[in-house]
Amino acid sequence: MTTYLIRRLLFGVVTLLVITCFVYGLARNMPGTPLTVQLGETDPSRKFNPEDLERMKRIYGLDKPWPVGYAQWLGNVVQGDLGRSISRKQPVATLIAERIGPTFLVSGTALVLAWLAAIPLGLYASARSGTVDERATSLVLYVLYSFPTFVAALFLQIIFAVWLRGTNWELPLFGMTDLPADAPLLVRITDIARHAILPVTCQTYVSLAYDSRFIKANMEEAVRQDYIRTARAKGAGPWRVLFRHAFRNTLIPLVTLLGLSLPGLIGGSVIIEQIFTWPGMGRLFFESIRERDYPTIMGLTLMFSMLTLAGQLLADLLYCVVDPRVSVE
Amino acid sequence: MTTQPLLVVENLQTHFPVRRGLLRRVSGSVQAVDGVSFSIAKRRTLGLVGESGCGKTTVGRSILRLVEPTGGDVRFAGASVRGMNARDLRALRRRMQIVFQDPYGSLNPRMTVRGILEEGLVIHRMGDARDRLARMRRALDRTGLTAATLERYPHEFSGGQRQRIAIARALVLEPEFLVLDEPISALDVSIQAQVVNLLVELREELGLTYLFISHDLSVVEYVSDDVAVMYLGRLVERADAAALYRAPLHPYTLALFSAVPTIDPARRRRRIVLTGDVPSPSRPPRGCRFHPRCPLAESVCREVDPPATTLDGHLVHCHVAARELERSAGDVRAAAASIAEAMAAASAKPASDAAAASGTLKA
Repeated sequence: MTTYLIRRLLFGVVTLLVITCFVYGLARNMPGTPLTVQLGETDPSRKFNPEDLERMKRIYGLDKPWPVGYAQWLGNVVQGDLGRSISRKQPVATLIAERIGPTFLVSGTALVLAWLAAIPLGLYASARSGTVDERATSLVLYVLYSFPTFVAALFLQIIFAVWLRGTNWELPLFGMTDLPADAPLLVRITDIARHAILPVTCQTYVSLAYDSRFIKANMEEAVRQDYIRTARAKGAGPWRVLFRHAFRNTLIPLVTLLGLSLPGLIGGSVIIEQIFTWPGMGRLFFESIRERDYPTIMGLTLMFSMLTLAGQLLADLLYCVVDPRVSVE
Repeated sequence: MTTQPLLVVENLQTHFPVRRGLLRRVSGSVQAVDGVSFSIAKRRTLGLVGESGCGKTTVGRSILRLVEPTGGDVRFAGASVRGMNARDLRALRRRMQIVFQDPYGSLNPRMTVRGILEEGLVIHRMGDARDRLARMRRALDRTGLTAATLERYPHEFSGGQRQRIAIARALVLEPEFLVLDEPISALDVSIQAQVVNLLVELREELGLTYLFISHDLSVVEYVSDDVAVMYLGRLVERADAAALYRAPLHPYTLALFSAVPTIDPARRRRRIVLTGDVPSPSRPPRGCRFHPRCPLAESVCREVDPPATTLDGHLVHCHVAARELERSAGDVRAAAASIAEAMAAASAKPASDAAAASGTLKA
């Protein structure tokens, strides 16, 4: 077990090195630098003169080729320093710490909701497979699955923030809160929750549709097995057969999907956070790329990659729990 | 044979709907089992043979209502199985158990052997925890497994051991009747004999009644008291094992027997090779279902579904056999011999001469 973990962690470190090196190379080779993109395009009068530009480049280490820059960044990361954001003049660690909460608020809620609804829906669909109500539910889920989130987000905004304005159903158009930081806690929580409803809905419905289809497909695979017949021959009732025999055997692919959906928590939030101006990591990532803010890009890349690897490791470890045939030795 | 039969199957029908098109409308049906009747007396074994896809497995599953029959009836110890409500059916499932062909698929991979064995006891509220353990130990012991098996998972065992677990799983509920659905076909030849002997021992020891489904004719002969032969969803012949193997009357049974390899050159029969494929059970042929492949088929076979002819408990559905029995004045062996001769003559010649060969019978 310990050797397995050590081996996995070593592999993880190598993977991280490859990913970060690649992303750093790409970022540095995008046209423009933080210095040109930031000022030159917005206000010509504030354009650097050539000497200042050279000086700034030296300060930020942009005068050296990117492999050297990567090595420096890596050296700092190893010492626990993610660097300072060029455009925001703040430590990257602070920026991420500020943004991580809002992102997990939306994505985490969406993930939990999606799974909570997908499991009963999937089981229901497989138990009633072929009936009219199951077909209707499946159709709705298919339509939802094929509906792009950014379109759904705009529709939801029009409906709840425009058409329903002034009614009890009105929901905020964007942002996370309208209240100052010193408002009473309970009021603030309610306000944030109201702001979170639409982004959470957008992130939930796609994975809900996908996950429940996935569960149904796996259940249908499982109920065809001979051990299901054995269970029925024992006298087990339909629910017992469904849960104890069929569903428990579908947990293995389910755990894989869960592990893989963890990084999607953040990936999917980029678009949603942009549309709803939600102050999370997804939005920060988008902006930092636009501003060529290399340290922030790299800090977030590192975060995302680590989360992906953690999700996979978690899934592999969970296999041992759900499947007695798997052992990590 | 005089005892009250434990299981009576009467004109059992199991058709599966075939759905086609966008609206998945029922456009026909696969007649997996179409009018099968037999009975099994207590402590006896009926062997059910036939080639793949003839409906033997469906018969076994329909008896236990693991698939729902669409017609006819099954009576177990006098009670109609088809008419039973869910509660009675559950109680019945303790008394009728099944062992499946593939011991790799039939044991839930996520459960320990204890979980697999104990579940049925829990469902049927048999004994408290200590009593259940004793019952499980006894069942494992009977199948030649140790109590240490309990805490292990199915994947830790070999095929033969798994099949023993599957048998112990069925036995732990103390059933009276077992459907053995090709219980040895998935096992290595060296293990097959062990499992067959185990099944025979258990039958004697526990007074069990078996429906032994198999395509292995030698094993069926060894295990069964009576043998029934199925073809395309129907029974074609049924008799006690010795009589059937000595004097098969149905051309299909003959062809089946001729395919069994034997190591005794004196017993080596001429091989009868059937031509053509088994027709689809969704569109069975008119008349006798075997007629498109039967070397002895006559015009009546193409039109009229042969009724049952019974002589000394030997039942056969065949026009030719019925006539031969009549001609030999009830001498089954003589009738069987002349049918075998005609079959041999017919299969030695090209198919077009088959009709002429069957003419020798009339002469």
